[in-house]
Amino acid sequence: MTNATLVCRDLWKLYGPDPKGFMAQHASRPSEDAIRAAGYVAAVADASIEIERGEIFVIMGLSGSGKSTLVRCMSRLIEPTSGGVLFDGLDLLSVSPADLIELRRHKMGMVFQHFALLPHLSVLDNVAFPLEIRGVGRRERETPAREMIELVGLAGRENYMPHQLSGGQQQRVGIARSLITNPDIWFLDEPFSALDPLIRREMQNEFMRLQDALHKTIAFITHDFDEAVRVGDRIAIMRDGRIVQVGTPEELIIAPADSYVADFTREAPRSKILSARAIMRDAAAGETVTGSIPATAKVCEFAARVDGSEHPVAVADEAGRQIGVVDRRAVMRVLVGAEELA
Amino acid sequence: MSVAAVNSKAVDIPARVNPTSVAMAVFAALALLAFATGDSVIPAWMRELPRSWQLGLDSGISSLMKWLVEQANFGLFTFKEMTRAIAAVLNVPLEVATAFLSRGLQEGRGSAAVQLAPPLPWVAVVGIVAALGYRFGGPRLALVAGGCFLYLAVFGQWASAMTTLSSIVVAAPIGIAAGLVCGVAGYRMPLFRRIMTPVLDLMQTVPTFAYLIPILFLFGFGPVAAMIATIIYAAPPMVRVTMAALSAVPREIVEYGTMAGTTPRQMILNVMLPAARPQLLVGVNQVIMLSLNMVIIASMIGAGGLGFDVLTSLRRLDIGRGLEAGVAIVVLAVALDRLSQAYAEGARRREAQGDGRTFLLALAAFVAVTYFVGLFLPFVATYPEAFTLSTAPWWSEAVRWITVNFFDFFDAIKTFLLLNLLLPVKRFMLAQPWPLVVAALAFVGWRLGGVRLAALVAGLALFIVLNGLWEFSMVSVYLCAIGVLFAAMIGIAVGIYAGLNPRAWRIVEPVIDTLQTLPSFVYLIPAVMLFKVGDFTAILAITLYALAPAVRFSAHGIQQVPEMLVEAGTSMGCTRRQILQRIQLPVALPTILLGVNQTVMLALSMLVITALVGTRDLGQQVYIALTKADTGKGLVAGLCVAAIAIIADRLIQAAANRLAAQRSGASHAA
Ligand SMILES: Nc1ncnc2c1ncn2[C@@H]1O[C@H](COP(=O)(O)OP(=O)(O)OP(=O)(O)O)[C@@H](O)[C@H]1O
Ligand SMILES: [Mg+2]
Repeated sequence: MTNATLVCRDLWKLYGPDPKGFMAQHASRPSEDAIRAAGYVAAVADASIEIERGEIFVIMGLSGSGKSTLVRCMSRLIEPTSGGVLFDGLDLLSVSPADLIELRRHKMGMVFQHFALLPHLSVLDNVAFPLEIRGVGRRERETPAREMIELVGLAGRENYMPHQLSGGQQQRVGIARSLITNPDIWFLDEPFSALDPLIRREMQNEFMRLQDALHKTIAFITHDFDEAVRVGDRIAIMRDGRIVQVGTPEELIIAPADSYVADFTREAPRSKILSARAIMRDAAAGETVTGSIPATAKVCEFAARVDGSEHPVAVADEAGRQIGVVDRRAVMRVLVGAEELA
Repeated sequence: MSVAAVNSKAVDIPARVNPTSVAMAVFAALALLAFATGDSVIPAWMRELPRSWQLGLDSGISSLMKWLVEQANFGLFTFKEMTRAIAAVLNVPLEVATAFLSRGLQEGRGSAAVQLAPPLPWVAVVGIVAALGYRFGGPRLALVAGGCFLYLAVFGQWASAMTTLSSIVVAAPIGIAAGLVCGVAGYRMPLFRRIMTPVLDLMQTVPTFAYLIPILFLFGFGPVAAMIATIIYAAPPMVRVTMAALSAVPREIVEYGTMAGTTPRQMILNVMLPAARPQLLVGVNQVIMLSLNMVIIASMIGAGGLGFDVLTSLRRLDIGRGLEAGVAIVVLAVALDRLSQAYAEGARRREAQGDGRTFLLALAAFVAVTYFVGLFLPFVATYPEAFTLSTAPWWSEAVRWITVNFFDFFDAIKTFLLLNLLLPVKRFMLAQPWPLVVAALAFVGWRLGGVRLAALVAGLALFIVLNGLWEFSMVSVYLCAIGVLFAAMIGIAVGIYAGLNPRAWRIVEPVIDTLQTLPSFVYLIPAVMLFKVGDFTAILAITLYALAPAVRFSAHGIQQVPEMLVEAGTSMGCTRRQILQRIQLPVALPTILLGVNQTVMLALSMLVITALVGTRDLGQQVYIALTKADTGKGLVAGLCVAAIAIIADRLIQAAANRLAAQRSGASHAA
């Protein structure tokens, strides 16, 4: 795809005595058994993904499945053992150290699970730090820093020290700081996992609000399927370093690749994910329908309407043509969580 | 040998008849045999290698030194010119500090000097210290720090104290900066770290006196040479602290630095060092304390001030004056320690420390005003002599009184211990032929840590043998062993008691904290005061100096026993005593052993200092070498002390590790 901002091809990261030599021996495609037998750990195994411009690409998986390692390979915080990373068509792995620094200064932003604020700097200085190391003068960097702080809702706390802020506030600083350089790609490694559930929800909303305004290309890591569904356009599910499946939340629910993926999707709020298109059936010949809903409408949006109507409701595509119908039974199956739907 | 014996006991706790205990029994029997037969049976070369078999390392080093100083040439400049240049550069900040604090700005040298401007008035200095105390730690610290400096003025120690302080305010920052630079280099370059780690080990075990000699040789006698010695002594912990602190910076912070696009230099300067600041400040505190620790020793190669006062009084056995100056060092140490600790503490809590500029301006204004006023009102500039108090006569009187009234008592104790413990142990140690000791050490090393440890330990012992210092070393071992024995007995008992009893701990903790801030030399004063010179006095000083870690580690060991285990014991119906014996002590044993290890290290570092009170051991060899400026001899004797220290350290640590491993292997300790 030409529109991809970030592309990973056959990416491997092995830990062990001599990863490169081992990969060479196995022609860059070692089997899982060979890896285990030789005492290596494959933190990332043969991962290929494409993140398109302006999308939120979620990487999710259980703890230890290699999410952090993958995202660190994509930003070259960790050198992959083999494979390739293309960033805006540029081979990231062959970029010189000096160019990499330039690239990070201008085109990449990253948010960390434990915030990673610099403890000795105030909120203002933390947010302005990426500009400071670029050599931007105090006056010139403080204006945008104040704007960013305002944007994440921390106006008035510019002179607080990190330890004087709550977790949620610290992460707002982390977000402001990673956005101040207006990056082309934004990495978020479990940005809300260290927060308690209420704050997490609030921050997710905040994050969505920001993204609506900014349209960043985002790699977002989480181990929480709910969060993945809330924020993600597409989700990659990882297990033991491998990418098991990539798809929209709806695709994952409708057609999970295996039981591992199905386990994640089981508890998901289906009514908020599944759309009319996914649960509609063909209208029987001469069936009466009342009204019509768009094919992209989520179940939760039209459940009441279908429930309140005597007859099935028509489903219409963008052009307004009827492509199927949704009846009470279909809605009930989603709401009651019927497994047989898959 | 005695160290080995202590270890074997620790290891043999799960006592069974095994080959190890049989071998140890054989060694013990041989040792007793050697003691009983005496000189008649053991050939002389087993006591001390004949001169012709020795390595001759000492004369080699001496010639090298001579060559360096007299002939070495780097093309553009000679070695001597280089050392001169270093000394000249270091002399500049020292001159500035002295001008501010003690001498004022002078024209000309020596007695012909004319004072152009006086130094800072005492009122200003006390004020600065109190203000810093207020800023770092609030009114209480202001009172303590200001009070300490006021004490120096009132008790007539001001002039000396300011001389000492000026060398510390220069030496400590240089030591800190050097430590930081080496630490960063060690962090960034693994190869450099691999080279530096053993060097640091050595620098911290070789007695200070040993490197006073080459410094004396290279830089001559005087305040600059003394300052260089202080820096060399005080910087190593900063190197370690820096490397550890940088490695401990959270991984995410380093990753953030990378992602923000820092250059390697920005990463260190703008991200890692500031993030590691709280830990680094702990190192800063250590450097300051170690610099103070060197005050007296440094006065042997030309530092003036309080250290010089102590040393000269000690030489003249003028106990009152010596004690007075000693107390002044302690007071200075307490003030600087509390100030730097409070500063580090504030950084740890990351308090926003208000507006620094206003504070500095106010302080500068205060200093300027007092300085100006001092020009007209002499009592503001210098504390009036008429109002100084001297405790010296009082101390001398007290000592005289004690000696008059208790001489027989003290003498009886001393004689009793000398006859019944010290001399027999000394004779026993001296009776041991070195092949037996080397073999026993190698065996213990092998049992505790395998072939590598055995080789290391035996190799170090042979190093001593090959340098012809076996008998002196055995005397050193004897002095330390008994000092450690006393310190461990008293320290472990007090530690266990304090560990069990929180109220006692609250009293004991500040006491050992204070004991550990005292320069080692200070311990010599009361010992000499009461027991005159000799082995007994030396052992007493060693015991006092080495006591604190035994107490601290024992108390910690007991406190760290999981509450769960004690409760389990109680529920099984153990008495208090059984709980202590069967549960708490065994669990705490590895920690207590580490405390003993620290005690041994401190005892060895005290060893050379006790040479001043007339022991005949390695310490004395170093000291003699110092007075004769015999570099080779001094360094070799110093290296032998380091060898003993490393042997003891590695063996005890191996024993503690084994114990801990056994413990974690078996779910329930015996
Ligand atoms: N430096 C390393 N050396 C050896 N193994 C490593 C290293 N770093 C990561 N691993 C292994 O790689 C695997 C993936 O780790 P990673 O941190 O990427 O997981 P994660 O999905 O981010 O987990 P979490 O949700 O806990 O953050 C783990 O099994 C981990 O043990
Ligand atoms: Mg992770």
